[in-house]
Amino acid sequence: MKRPGLPLFLQRRPYRRRRKIDAARLLPVFGAFLLLLPMLWAPAGDEGRGTVGDGLYLFVVWAGLIAVARLLAPSLTADGQPDPDEGKG
Amino acid sequence: MGNHVLVIEDEPNIVEAIRFILMRDGWDVSTLSDGDLAEDTIRFCRPDVVILDVMLPGRSGLEVLAALRADAATRSLPVLMLTAKGQGRDRAEAERIGASRFMSKPFSNTEILASVRALAGV
Amino acid sequence: MVPFNILVVVCLVYVGLLFLVAFLVERRAHARALPWLRSPLIYTLSLSIFCTAWTFYGAVGYAVRSGWEFMTIYLGPTLVFVGWWWVLRKLVRIGKTQRVTSIADLISSRYGKSNMLGVIVTVISVVAATPYIALQLQSVTLSFAVFASTAADGGPVPDKAATALWVAVGLALFTVLFGTRNLDSNERHLGVVTAIAVEAVVKLVALVAVGVFVVWGLAGGPADMMAKINASPLSSWDLQPGRWAGLIFLSAAAVLCLPRMFQVMVVENVDERHLATASWAFPLYLFLMCLFVLPIAVAGLDLLPPGTNPDLFVLTLPLAQGQDGLAMLAFLGGFSSATSMVIVASIALATMVSNHIVMPLWLSLRPARAVSGDVRRIVLLSRRLAIAGIVALGYAYFQLSGGSAALAAIGLISFVGAAQILPAMLGGIFWRGATRVGAVCGLLTGAGVWVYSLYLPSFGPDGVISARLIAEGPWGIGWLRPQALFGVEGIDPLIHAMFWSLVLNATAFFAGSILTFPGPVERVQGAAFVNVFDGEVPAGGWVRGAATAENLLILSQRILGGDGALAFFEAEARMQGKAGPLPDPTPGFVGALERRLSGSVGAATAHAMIAQTVGGAAVSVEDLMAVANETAQIMEYSARLEAQSEELTRTARQLQLANEKLTRLSVQKDSFLSQISHELRTPMTSIRAFSEILMEGDMPPAMLRRHATIIHEEAIRLTRLLDDLLNLSVLENAGVQLTLGLVSLQDMIDRALVAAAQTRPERSFAVHRDPASEALYVTTDADRLTQVFINLISNARKYCAAPEPELRIAVRQRGGRVMVDVIDNGRGIPEDSQALIFEKFARLTDETRAGGAGLGLAICREVMTALGGSITYLPGQGGTAFRVTFPLRLRAVA
Repeated sequence: MKRPGLPLFLQRRPYRRRRKIDAARLLPVFGAFLLLLPMLWAPAGDEGRGTVGDGLYLFVVWAGLIAVARLLAPSLTADGQPDPDEGKG
Repeated sequence: MGNHVLVIEDEPNIVEAIRFILMRDGWDVSTLSDGDLAEDTIRFCRPDVVILDVMLPGRSGLEVLAALRADAATRSLPVLMLTAKGQGRDRAEAERIGASRFMSKPFSNTEILASVRALAGV
Repeated sequence: MVPFNILVVVCLVYVGLLFLVAFLVERRAHARALPWLRSPLIYTLSLSIFCTAWTFYGAVGYAVRSGWEFMTIYLGPTLVFVGWWWVLRKLVRIGKTQRVTSIADLISSRYGKSNMLGVIVTVISVVAATPYIALQLQSVTLSFAVFASTAADGGPVPDKAATALWVAVGLALFTVLFGTRNLDSNERHLGVVTAIAVEAVVKLVALVAVGVFVVWGLAGGPADMMAKINASPLSSWDLQPGRWAGLIFLSAAAVLCLPRMFQVMVVENVDERHLATASWAFPLYLFLMCLFVLPIAVAGLDLLPPGTNPDLFVLTLPLAQGQDGLAMLAFLGGFSSATSMVIVASIALATMVSNHIVMPLWLSLRPARAVSGDVRRIVLLSRRLAIAGIVALGYAYFQLSGGSAALAAIGLISFVGAAQILPAMLGGIFWRGATRVGAVCGLLTGAGVWVYSLYLPSFGPDGVISARLIAEGPWGIGWLRPQALFGVEGIDPLIHAMFWSLVLNATAFFAGSILTFPGPVERVQGAAFVNVFDGEVPAGGWVRGAATAENLLILSQRILGGDGALAFFEAEARMQGKAGPLPDPTPGFVGALERRLSGSVGAATAHAMIAQTVGGAAVSVEDLMAVANETAQIMEYSARLEAQSEELTRTARQLQLANEKLTRLSVQKDSFLSQISHELRTPMTSIRAFSEILMEGDMPPAMLRRHATIIHEEAIRLTRLLDDLLNLSVLENAGVQLTLGLVSLQDMIDRALVAAAQTRPERSFAVHRDPASEALYVTTDADRLTQVFINLISNARKYCAAPEPELRIAVRQRGGRVMVDVIDNGRGIPEDSQALIFEKFARLTDETRAGGAGLGLAICREVMTALGGSITYLPGQGGTAFRVTFPLRLRAVA
């Protein structure tokens, strides 16, 4: 969406905040991709899928998602203003 | 008292009728058909009685009357107002401003003659 | 072993404890003394009602059957929360600005405060949730039964039905007590939420404790555990791609659409920032709930006798190992899961049932009582009854299904039902084009497919629909088989139903939306929802109506309570800069009040109640908005406002003009009599005076003749005046007889010029004509049209003050119409008089009076109307100019 009157250059802080919002937007997309990835793996050999290996993978991805979300969360609400347009000019 | 009457009226036929009636009775009659010139004319020819129509070209009869009453020289000049509108509002307005008498058209000849006589104190 | 009656005592003590927590919190919260209660931690923990008893016990059983697939139920919500910036943030903001009370209220409010949608969502939610509540009752009952069977000496053990009944009654009581203490849902159920948070801790601790016991107590740590898993029947699992992706999507949809999740996520949210914390903390909670599921499953398979119900491993494993304390903890964990789900679900559903079904019914049955009656009590009563009713429904379902194994699958079936709300919800908050009709179509289609292809078949073959119908389709129509719609066979029935219901739902929603046109309230709400982050968009809006602030105060006291209503009114009055407790009932204030009330009774009901108080004003909002509809479609909001104000200015200007004209006309009407009188009396005066003179006789003949001539002149003048008046009144009353004939326009103008020359014959006019253009033959009433020309030319002769007067007559023919302009080189008519000249006695100044009665132009206008034409003043022609327009061929009207 076009936002008229948006300055071309933002100050450093608002700029970082915007990129963090981008990251927060992308996170679930990456997460979905990684969690759906096991669908593409062919079971190794005839014994079916290895429970332990798949489980470790899923838990690691899950923990990773939680960790990244944890990192992003504070800065997105740092000033209690979740509006991306704050800090103009 | 003199016998000079000034008739200020714009309808030529009515002027002619009034002049005829008054002159026959021995009055000296001047006529004027314009409100704007009324004050100057009155100051100049000093009539004893003024017959003033309400609806005049230029200043209206009521405006002329108000000006006359505001001037010390003409404050007590007898003025007979005439109107064809025949509404009570005009009469009330004229009396408020200080008309000596008020008559609506059409009038009877004897009536207007009697009024002029009364105003002139004859 | 734990004796059964001890177990009952433990349960009662535990419930008592929760009761105490809820009670204390409610009291302290009232004193605003517990800031930490409004912390993100409580918020996150309250979200854990997503993990019900089905999760707590059932996940292990699920793992035994399908390996890691149970994890999909938690991965979906994880993605939703990690991606909170997309949907959750918007939902919470909308929930706050619109004071949404439930998911049904959200949908209803978004689509123009439509109560029909509220009812549909409510019904879907209740139908989907009832089996789920039954499932909770079943798990509590089963867990009781496990203890009872292991402890024979615990006294008489009541049967399952009795246990379920007591649990149901207890839950209903608890929920009624704390769920309906206060009315405004936006004041939130702080006590209940805190109790839920405590339960969340209990169930997490319980499950983790059992897990730790399994991994470090029974096995020798994580490495040994992995080895055990590899050695067990669960060492490999089968990933079905369709179910894997489908269930992740389904659980993501469910976490957004389940009424109880919406309740804790949006309605009970006290601070938007809590969402940021929950975005990682809630996935973490789910992560921990899942971590030990597989180890417990493996240990249960390993250590418990074959045939043990894997759904109860969490409970039976510690019992079998003699860990009574741990078993008790696990039991309390399961108990917590079940109770918290039932409590929150029944609060959420009761709010929906009360706001969207009971209140509208009550309002329509007793409209008069909406303002005068005690609404507050009615609302609370209906909520309490609804809570009891919903728990009773769950109990009835439990009884009817007999606690069968079919119940175990009901969790996912319920998810699919709830997910039907997803298209309407996401469409509503992201797409302004979504309409009410679209939402209704989508919801009904989706719900219909869901009931037909999943819900009814879930009762088993010959349960509700016959096995033959499932196998062959209704009336033998193969492509209508519930589990193979449109001939799509061989998919998992759940995925099949989810796929078709959501695809058809979304299609109907989309098609309905693009084919219909939203109403004004709907569009305002749509903009307010979709653009919730773009600053304040005024929602709805009330026209300043008949409602007095006092009436509104009386109404709101019934709902908000005396103190609450007064405080709100006083605050609003202060904002308006007024000293007293009553603000002016401005549209802004009424809008704010409506939002406030909708926090208690839902948007649709609040709208209806305000409408009843404000009266007809509600209709005029719609009307006003409808005026702006055309522009609104194209322009953005600001442009729309601009257009509206322009429209208003234009209307105001027209009104002002009309008003000015009316005022002047009224003055004219007023002087009409006075004018008539004057016009009649003036000739009469001369006639009377001279006839009196004549009556006296004795007069020279010359003078006699002179006086008689004057009398004659004046009598003619009087006659002409009366003729004009009669003429005009005949024309005005449209009783004109026209004599149509073919005449030369040139002839008519010639005649008019000759006739008009009698007016002020002493003036000579230079007349400019163009004979070529006048060579026209016209079908019209020649005499009347000529009269109009005569009047116009006479007027010019009378009033044109130029020293060398000129008159120009221009003729033009356009199509079937002829235009004749009569233009002189006088001063023209001042603009402020142009609108009046065609009125009767509209002589402009006394100066210009020249013997006419001021009826000429009025007559002209009437004549031209009778001739199918018009007469207008032409400004800017360097003089007074009139344009006469008339048809070339006038047809006689039968």
